This record gives sequence, C-alpha cells and structure tokens, in this order.
Amino acid sequence: MENTSLWLKNKILLGMTPKEYLKINLTLPNLIAALILCVSVPIMVYRIIYGLGPSTNLSDNYPWGLWIGFDILVGIALAAPGLTLGTAVHLFGMKKYHPFVRPAILSSLLGYIFAVIALMFDLGRYYRIPYLLVWSWGFTSILFLIGWHFFLYINISIVEFSPVLFEWLNLKKWKDFFSKLTVWATIFGVIIAAGHQSALGALYLAARAKLYPLWYSPLLPIFFLLSAIFAGISMVIVESALSHRFFANQIKDFDHAEFDQLTLGLGKAASSALFIYFLLKVFDLVRTENWVYLNTSYGYLYLVEVLGFVLVPAMIFLYAVRQQNAKLTRFAGLLTVLGVVLNRLDVSIVAFNWYLPASQKYYPRWTEIMLTLGVITMLVLSYRFIVNRMAILHAHEESEPESMPMAGKKQAVNF
Amino acid sequence: MGIDRREFLKRTAAIAGVTLLGGSSIAHAADKKDFSKFFTDNTANERDWKIWEKRKKQSQPNGEPYGILVDTTFCIGCRRCEWACNNWNKNPNQPVEKFEASVNEKNSVFNDVRRTHAGNFTVVNRFEKKDRDPVYVKKQCMHCVDPACLNACFVDAFRKTPEGPVIYNPNVCIGCRYCMVSCPFGIPAYEYFSAFHPQITKCTMCYDRVVDGRMPACVENCPAGALIFGSRSELIKTARRRIDSNPGRYINHIYGEQEAGGTSWLYLSPVDFDQIGLRTDVGTTPVPDLTKGYLLGVKIFEMVSAWPLVFGAYYAVSKLREHRNDKHAGGPSDTGKKT
Repeated sequence: MENTSLWLKNKILLGMTPKEYLKINLTLPNLIAALILCVSVPIMVYRIIYGLGPSTNLSDNYPWGLWIGFDILVGIALAAPGLTLGTAVHLFGMKKYHPFVRPAILSSLLGYIFAVIALMFDLGRYYRIPYLLVWSWGFTSILFLIGWHFFLYINISIVEFSPVLFEWLNLKKWKDFFSKLTVWATIFGVIIAAGHQSALGALYLAARAKLYPLWYSPLLPIFFLLSAIFAGISMVIVESALSHRFFANQIKDFDHAEFDQLTLGLGKAASSALFIYFLLKVFDLVRTENWVYLNTSYGYLYLVEVLGFVLVPAMIFLYAVRQQNAKLTRFAGLLTVLGVVLNRLDVSIVAFNWYLPASQKYYPRWTEIMLTLGVITMLVLSYRFIVNRMAILHAHEESEPESMPMAGKKQAVNF
Repeated sequence: MGIDRREFLKRTAAIAGVTLLGGSSIAHAADKKDFSKFFTDNTANERDWKIWEKRKKQSQPNGEPYGILVDTTFCIGCRRCEWACNNWNKNPNQPVEKFEASVNEKNSVFNDVRRTHAGNFTVVNRFEKKDRDPVYVKKQCMHCVDPACLNACFVDAFRKTPEGPVIYNPNVCIGCRYCMVSCPFGIPAYEYFSAFHPQITKCTMCYDRVVDGRMPACVENCPAGALIFGSRSELIKTARRRIDSNPGRYINHIYGEQEAGGTSWLYLSPVDFDQIGLRTDVGTTPVPDLTKGYLLGVKIFEMVSAWPLVFGAYYAVSKLREHRNDKHAGGPSDTGKKT
C-alpha cells in the first residue's frame, strides 16, 4: 500500500501530493481543454445513442465527411514523423537526428491511436471492428489493406515506444529486449507505413466518377505517400519548435545552434520531397491535359493548393536553408502542414461530388467539428502527460533518484 | 393509412433526433417530406442473403444471368414500380393512387431529381424537354457485372449472384460506407438513423423472386411495358433490334451494355443519357480494375521487393559508417550519442 501510493506520487503526480497536483493544474490552457471536453464528450455519447443521422451532416451522397477527411486522412498523414525520422535515424544511420526520434515515435503512436478512436465514431457498427481481423476478409478492398496496416502499425509503434515505457518503469531487462527489436520494428514499420499512406490515396482511385478531374489521377497513391513524407518531416519541424518552447524545463543542456542546424537539415529534406511532388503534379496535369479545368473555381482552388502550399513552401525551405534561417524554415514547415490539410480535405470533401449543387454538398456540422476537436484535445493532453513523465525530450537518468527532479521546477510548467 | 403505428413512432423519434440539435443537411435536402431517409430495419437484405446461402449449398445449375431493359420511351411516370418495390421489400409505402397522382400534380416529387435512400430502393425522375414530351427515368441499383461495391467492401459483405442480382450481407457489415463512395452510380444508401444496427440498403433485383422463377416486383407491376425482364444477352439483342427498327425513336446507344464494365440493368433513351440523369462519364472500365493494379503492386512490394531493398539500404549504410569510423579511428564516433 505504502509502495503503491509512493509510486503513484512519484510517477503519476510528479512527486506532488494530489492537492498540490490539482492546484498546479489550474491553468488557462487546462481550463480551455476541460471546456472543449465538456462539450465533445457529451457529443460522443450522443453519437453512440442516437446514431450518425442526428449527430452528423452525412448523407447518402456524402458517406464520408469530416471524421474521415480530417481525422483519418489528415491525421494519418500528420502522424508520419515516426516513419520519416525512424527511417532516417535507425535505418540510414543519421544519428545526429536522434533527439527527434522519440518525440516522433510518440506522436506517431498517439496519432494513430487517436485516429482509430475517432474512426470508431464514424463506423456504423464500430463494435464489429474485430470482424475485419478475424472473421470476414475482403481481400479485394483497399480499405482492408488499410485496416490491417493500421492494426500492424500501431503494434509496431508500441514496440518502438516500449523502451521508453520500460525505462520509465525501471524494468531494464524489458527495456533491453525491446531496444534490440527497434531496428526490426523500424524496417517493418517503413514498409507498412509506405503501404497504408499510399493506400489512403488509392481509396479514391475507385471514385473516378466522383472526384474532380484535377484531383483524380492514377498517381493518387504516390501523391499521398510523398505528401505524407513531407508532412511527416514538417510536423517534426513544427512539433519540435513547440516542444522546445513549452517543455523547456525538460531539456537541460539545450544547444540552440545545434537545434537550428538540425531544423535546417530537416528543411532541406522537406524541400526535396516537395519539389519532387510538385514536378509529379505538373507531369500529371500535362499528361492528362487537365489544364482545361484550371480556369474554374475548382481550378483556382487547385492552383492555391499546388502553388501556394507546395511550390511556395518548397521555395521558402530552399531559401531558408541557403540563408541558414531556422525561423523561416519553421514557417515553411507550418505552411506545408497546412497544405497537406487542405489537400486531404479537397480530395475527400470539396472535390468529391463536385457536380452536386451547393445546397446538396456537405458541410460539417458543429457536432462533428467539436468531436474532432475533442479527440485532438485528448491527443495533446496525452502527449503532454507522457512527455512530462517519460524520457522523450531528454535522456533517461539511469538510477532512480531519491526525489523526482521535477519537484523543484513546479512553477515553470503546466502538467 | 399506409403508415402503421410502429413506423410512425420510429419516424417521430428520428425527426426528434434531427431537430434536437438543430437540423442536419439530411433534413435540409431538397425533398424535405421524404421520410424514406429515416427508415431503418429493412429486412430485404437479410432475407436474400439467407436464400443465397441455402442455394450455395444446394449448388443449383445456373442459367444465364438475368437483366432488365428499361425503355424510357414507354415510361409514363406512374411510379407503380416504386409502389411495388416498397410493397415487396416492406419499405414505407402509400396507397398506389398517391404514386399515380404525381404525374398530374403541379407540385410533386417530380420537381426534384431524387436519389435512392434507406427506405426507398427505386425512384422515378422526370426530365423536362423543350421540344418533346418529358422523359421519365427509373433509377435503382444497376447490378454491375463486376460490382464496385463488392470490390470495395473490406469485410466481403457483397455477392454477385449467378442469376445477376448483387446482394449484401448486413450481418458482417461494419458500416464503413466505402461501398457508397466507390459506387459510380451513387446508389447504396445508409440507415443513418439507426444508432446500433444500421445497414446498407439498395435494390436487390428481387433476388428472392428471381430464384423462384418470378420477375422482380417492379417489372411485374409496370403497366406501360417500359420494363422487360429476361436474360441479359437476349435483352441486349432486343434493345439493339429496337434501335435498328425504329429510326429516330432512340439514340444509338444501350446504356449499361458497356458502362462501368457492363450492368444488369440496361436503358434505351430518346435523348442523350446525360440529359436524363445517367452518368455518361463512368467509362467502360469496371471500377475494380481501377484499384487492382495498385493492390497487386503494393502486395508484391510489401511481400517481396521491399525487404531486400530496405535491408540492402540498411546494410549499405552501416558498411559506409563502419568505413568512415575506421578512417576516423580514435576520433569522436558519431554513433556514440546516448539513447
């Protein structure tokens, strides 16, 4: 009993008594998070009890709305940091990027888990999801491939993350065992991630009659995979900048110049991926002679997406790397991330059923937006919970310290 | 009246659900009075699937697949097919006179172009033409020869029966609705207002009647001879004959012969098909062929070629690193960073 409460105090409450812990958590960001959850959790319950009809704007013309377009398509693309950084460091031996690996793997793990949680609200019969794995197999379906790949990839991410978890629990044997598996998990993970990132694009290969010609292409799987790669890199740039601001207490001997150098290195990689993507887009446009569609409102949207959110960030990255400007690199990273969000929403919602009159098109309901916001909030809170407790941003202290090192720095952070 | 008590309560509950949080686009859509969207618990799917499973065990000899030819030049817009379909499949229904009246009413369902919904497997739409009588077109599942929905389903809930109908098994469906996304004709509908056991609904081509040697309910009830039931290959010949022997009556195309790889339902029309609500841009490639290449590619990549590639890269990089480390022997190693 004594031990358990001590463990609880040290591991979960960061060395504080429950009262202290609660007191320190009364902050504005936490209040906002609580407010969002107060609205979105009842919506989740409402969705379960009353079904999709009353809780969403989905229709027979729009079977997929925000919960697929944003939570899955955007969510999974932005959860690619584990793929990109894991590969770079564990496979290609770019050890200098090592500080980014753990945050990247954590964001991938949480990204996938919460995407699947969001998916449960969209599935009509979520309770049958095990059917996909053990009961009824639709081998011809792209979605079957994706379902299995999600399942496998979450498991891979768990293996990749295990060393951190067992470090935290002070189980050295377990930690060593899973550390040995990391390279294998990464190799398997690269293949699986490339498979399902492209498959998300391949989903829309079947919707040729419904997708606006500018977005429809046999190259959709390649577009989705490539954009997931630069989305993953850009997410690392953006996330690490945010982490270094909000979790400054976690990083002890922080070298600003080195961090900026690494950011520039990532910017270089993102820039190349963006340029390849842009060239492929141009090639595709010329090949299909689809430029006749450019002078329409959909065409303008397409141009904004491909020029404003692909070519422009690619140039900014290039310029920033030349100028050694880390700040500008971070801005380009943000722009790239927004571009991927726009692209996924265009494919799944805006350019989908483009021939329908505006009155029959899909606009997300406030309940859909709130539920998505709720899931994102839970993701951020989980991320913060783990970063504050486990060795994500800093190296692990080998021996268990007498008192938690955090205790002295209470004032600096919101837990 | 046509609505019984149970159904009335269900509809009221569904509408209450919609209004509770302030209206959804389903309620705002063109046909506000169409309750078929809210209908749930259709039994047609389940009934047909059971028959299919029974017949599968008996391994009955299969004849040629059936089809239905819609000659829109004969259709008078009486909507009896809609009534018969609802009646046979136990969908929300009204007296047949109400359906028949629409054609003469000023404000009727014909004012909008309608689509299929959860409790409505078929609809007749009217397309006004300037220099000729309006064209009435029945719409329902086309029962593709190589169905997109079947290919899209990740729990293998669809079957193309040897008789022609495409049927669906609600007992394995998870409700992902990818079949609705991939259908080029926009047919499958969903029971959005069922919270716990929603299913996909669509025309079953009256599989349960067809296997008994009867024709689908809509065909049987068509008073104008606009619907003809028969073997698909015979119907194509019939359609071709009609086009050839009635110059000027039809445009020279049988819709469904090639569309999306061919469909069991075939259409003849006096005007271009895109003017009567049938997509002419679906192409002649079966939808499954659009994803087959990718799927095969990804499977080969993942099972065979990815492994040597990734391992090769890994091996090459570690060799390179070893080489570099040897060169800088004694110097700071770049692998020394703490985990």
